[in-house]
Order: sequence, then structure tokens, then C-alpha cells
Amino acid sequence: MAVRATPAALDQSPGSEVQVQATSTPSPVRPRANTWRRALRRDWQLYSLAVLPLLFFLIFRYLPMAGNIIAFRRYLPGGSLFGEEWVGFTYFQLFIDDPGFWRAFFNTLILGSLTLLFLFPAPLILALLLNEVRTRLLKRFVQTISYMPHFLSIVVVAGLIFQIMSIDGVINQALTALGGDAISFMQDPGWFRTIYISSEAWQTVGWGTILYLAALTTIDPDLYEAARIDGANRWWQTWHVTLPGIRPTIVTLLVLNTGTFMAVGFEKILLIYNPLTYETADVIATYVFRIGVQNGLFSYATAIGMFEAVIGLVLVYTVNFISRRTVGTSLW
Amino acid sequence: MVIPAATRHAPRPTPRRQQVTRGYRVFQVFNALALTLVVVLTLYPFFNILARSFSETSFIRRGEVNLLPKGFNLTTYKYVMSDAVFWNSYKNTVIYTVVATAIAMVLTTCYAYVLSKKHLKGRTLLIGIAVFTMFFNGGIIPQYVLISGTLGLRNTIWAIALPNAISVFNLLVMKAFFENQPPDLEEAGAVDGLNTYGILLRIVLPLSKAVIATMVLFYSVSFWNSWFAAFLYLDRKELWPVTIYLRNLLAGAMGTSDPGAASDVALQTAANIQAVTIVLIATPIMLVYPFIQRYFVTGVMLGSIKG
Repeated sequence: MAVRATPAALDQSPGSEVQVQATSTPSPVRPRANTWRRALRRDWQLYSLAVLPLLFFLIFRYLPMAGNIIAFRRYLPGGSLFGEEWVGFTYFQLFIDDPGFWRAFFNTLILGSLTLLFLFPAPLILALLLNEVRTRLLKRFVQTISYMPHFLSIVVVAGLIFQIMSIDGVINQALTALGGDAISFMQDPGWFRTIYISSEAWQTVGWGTILYLAALTTIDPDLYEAARIDGANRWWQTWHVTLPGIRPTIVTLLVLNTGTFMAVGFEKILLIYNPLTYETADVIATYVFRIGVQNGLFSYATAIGMFEAVIGLVLVYTVNFISRRTVGTSLW
Repeated sequence: MVIPAATRHAPRPTPRRQQVTRGYRVFQVFNALALTLVVVLTLYPFFNILARSFSETSFIRRGEVNLLPKGFNLTTYKYVMSDAVFWNSYKNTVIYTVVATAIAMVLTTCYAYVLSKKHLKGRTLLIGIAVFTMFFNGGIIPQYVLISGTLGLRNTIWAIALPNAISVFNLLVMKAFFENQPPDLEEAGAVDGLNTYGILLRIVLPLSKAVIATMVLFYSVSFWNSWFAAFLYLDRKELWPVTIYLRNLLAGAMGTSDPGAASDVALQTAANIQAVTIVLIATPIMLVYPFIQRYFVTGVMLGSIKG
């Protein structure tokens, strides 16, 4: 907003700039071009286009960041966004002693690890398989089909999960056909992780191949030629040419994936879990949601949310540091 | 971050000089099978849900509906489609998608255009302000307190449309596009006396139809599919989008945690209604999907070049 006011004022009084130059740059050479005043005078129309977007970032992104202060302050519903009075680490001590928090914490770690373990390599493998397909049409077809679930709403995916895993769903049909007993999967905490990971795979693995496939096209065919002359078979070509060729992509995606380690598919869990499966399904984000939005304990929930965010940051930073030191690829 | 566009090569060529070994042939067969399996597994749920949506409840309940409908009927479709609440939710989804996408496009285009001007003083700061929010966010509770309490956007369309008006990823894609435009035409426009707004509206935007179409698709699919903002901020039934309608169906079926007993019939009828609703929500996306898919792919790759 200040950005908008200043250039307008400047436009009214072009003389002011001359004065500034005269006082601040005594050298006889042409004054340095890029002072703020000059920039504003020349580009104020451009800056004016940035005003609304900047307001957006300020209100909907940076204000909530500042709002995290209520983790250390007592917040009263309807009161100030920034709380009423300092309470120090009270809320942090509260959740340290809260078994519900620790259950959510360990569930998050387990789901995060499983996600990394299964869902990080899967797109890479699928991309390598697709890369070996010689028939263009077949490759196209598989790509088109496997990208499709990415475009579905999470609610629709949750609906599909319910239908397939229900007592009369296809999985139980197969089970009973093989002589087993039907299982009520969605009510069984023992099955939650399997359902979560496999549905996540169904929705994300195809789409995840895009960046790998793009990176694969950048590998110089001469390298394969050279490997062939050296007598490398297909497998060794993949190992010594293909994989090193897309290593930056792999490492970058690994770092990014670690960044979302703690932020497991919260919206999906919220849709498919229920009190019977909390034991394995409740993660930090869903716990925060229940504590904060449903029970109205905003400060307490914010403290837990902050804890989660800090762990996420430390993870990304660590993995990025390791990758920069070992393979020289870094996010920043 | 990843793909130097200039060094793209053709797909790995078939080695004419290298003998195709038996091992490689075996691999090709295995590969074809694996990929077929991927296709089948991906499509299976879709066909299953279609079959269920057209089936008679009694067959569904006995667990006999798999890939083909049994006791084909349109009763549930008629039931759902005659439900005023369903159509009202559908209408809300369309309104939210259109309004939110329009706002998002205006804000994203303006900011991307500003960021694409390399000479602009403070550009790095302006980019930083946006990129920072990719890695840090306020978390769900402070955002909830802000939108629901401080700003008082509860039960208004703005709670859906405003908080996600700029996706930084889309912003960077668009910025990259603008940066790659040759500056000649803009300079000519300036010589002809157009100001910045005129250049943007009359010269840059008409030349950017491709990226604008891509961005409109990105945003509208994400708003069409979204449910969580509505779940958080809309309590009034007449405001719910269709994703919330489906969520409530799912939650209703889930609430009856005991799958036996008298509720069984109601539960399974609900399952049939769920199937129909799922089909009706997913259909618009599935219909346009084959045509829009490549825009998304291009968008993702554009974004990754300079991420």
C-alpha cells in the first residue's frame, strides 16, 4: 500500500528526484540509476499490479504465520488473533504429557516412513519400465490411464475406498471366493495402513512418473552408445547410464518428499478414519484438527502444529544438507 | 531445478547394432505384463463403481457386483438426480469453481507478470515473498482462527475463494512463460504509447492463451475437487459444494460402525447412492480429462525447469 502511495506522490513532483540526486550523489557523473525513487517513478504501474497479490500473501499466508504466537499465549474465542496473555510453554508441556499426542506422533512417523519407503521409489520404477517400452502408442496409453486418478477429488477417492473395501466390495468378494471370511476393513485398525498406502499409490504413482520421464529424455543417447561399445548389457546401461543421468531429479524429489514426511495425506485420513481406527490412523494433523477446530482448544492445537512444522523443517534441512554434501544436489 | 530444456534428446533409440538378447526379450514380456497390471489396477475401481451405480441394491448387498452391473436399473440415478440438495450442491460447486478461478487468475497473472520483469527493482524480494510460503505456512489452526474469526468469512464464498487464490507453483509456471516471451512486441507497444496495463491487456495476454488455458485448468480442477475449506468454513447446508454432499454420505455410512444388525439395509442402499454420487461428481473431470491431460503435463514440466 505504501508502494502505491509513494510513486503517485513522486509523479506529482518530479523536481524532488533532482533534489535528492543533488544532495545524496555529489559526484559529477550521472547518478546511480537504480534508487528506489527512480524505480518507483518508472515502474509504478508494474508495482501497482503487485499490490493485490501482496495483500493476499500478507493476509492469508504471513498473518497466520504470525498467528502461531498463540501457541505461547492464551487465546479466547472471538478475541484477538494473537491471543490475550503470555503463558510461556504451558501448552507445549501439556502435549508432552498427552498420550493422545504421542499416539498421533508415532502414527505419523510410521505412515511417513511407509510413504517414503513405498511411494517414493514406485514412480521411479514405473518410469524406468515405461522408458523401456518401444511401442509409442502403448506407452502413451499407459501414461494416460495412470495419470487419471490424480485428477480425482480426495472425497471421490475416499468414496472409492469405501466401496471397494466394504463388506460387499470386490476385495471381500475375492476373499470369500477363496474360502476366507469377509473382513470389515474400514473398521479394523490393523488394516488402516495398508489401505492408506495402497490407495495413495493408486492415486499418485502414475502422476509421479512425469518428472522422471522428462528427465529421462535429457540423457545423451551417445552415452548408451558408448556403454554398448564397452559391452554393457541393458541392465548395466540402466545402472550406469540411466540412473546416474536422472540422479539430480531423484535426489530433488527425495528431498521434497522428506519435506512432506510429517504432512501425511491429512485430508484423506480425515475422510477414511473413524474412532475405531484412531489407534493406527490418527496422525498429528488430524489430532490437531480435532483438538483445535472441533474442541476449540486453539492454543493447544497450535502448539502441536508448530512442533510438527519444526520437525518437518529440520528433516528437510538435514536431508538437503546431506544431499548437497554427498551428491551435490541441493534445493537451495 | 531438473530439466535443462535445451538438451532434450529423442527417446532412447532401439539398439540396432546390439543384439537383442533373450534376457531382454523376457524382460520385455515381463514389462508389458507389469504395465498391463498397472492399467488394470488403475481402471478396476472405476468400472466397479460404475457397475455398482447401475446395479440393484440386493445384488450389491450379496457382494455379487464386480465389473458388470447386475439387475441394471436407473432408480438410484433418478433418486439422486431428483434430490434438490444434490443439485444445489452441484450448482454451488460450479459457482465456487468459476468465482475462485477468476480471482485466482487475476491475482496470479498480475503477480507473474510483475515477477517476469527482470529489470524491476525489488524483484528478488517479491519472488522471495511468494516462494517462502511454499516452505512455510501458518498451519491449519491460525488460518482457521483468522478466516473464521478475525476476518469473519465464515459461511461466505470468500472463505473458499480467497485463501487459496495464488498457488505459488502456478505462479512460477506463469512467470517462466512470461519470461520466455520475446520483449520486442511489448517494446513496440510502449513506443505506440501503451502504458503497462495496456501492454499487459492488449499485447501480453493475447499472446499467452496457451499458458492461461493451462492455469485455468489447474485452478478449476483444484477448486472443483476441493472440500476441506468448505468443510471448515461452511456450516449452512445450502452453501455446501457437492464434495461435501458426498463426504456427508460417506460419513453417514461410516457412522454406523456396526456393519451387522438392522441398519444393514439402509447402509447398503447408502452404498448405492454413494456410487451414483461418486460417478456424478467424477464424470465432468473424467470427460474433459483426455483433452486437458497434456496441458497439465506441460505445466508440471514448465514448473520444474525453474522451480
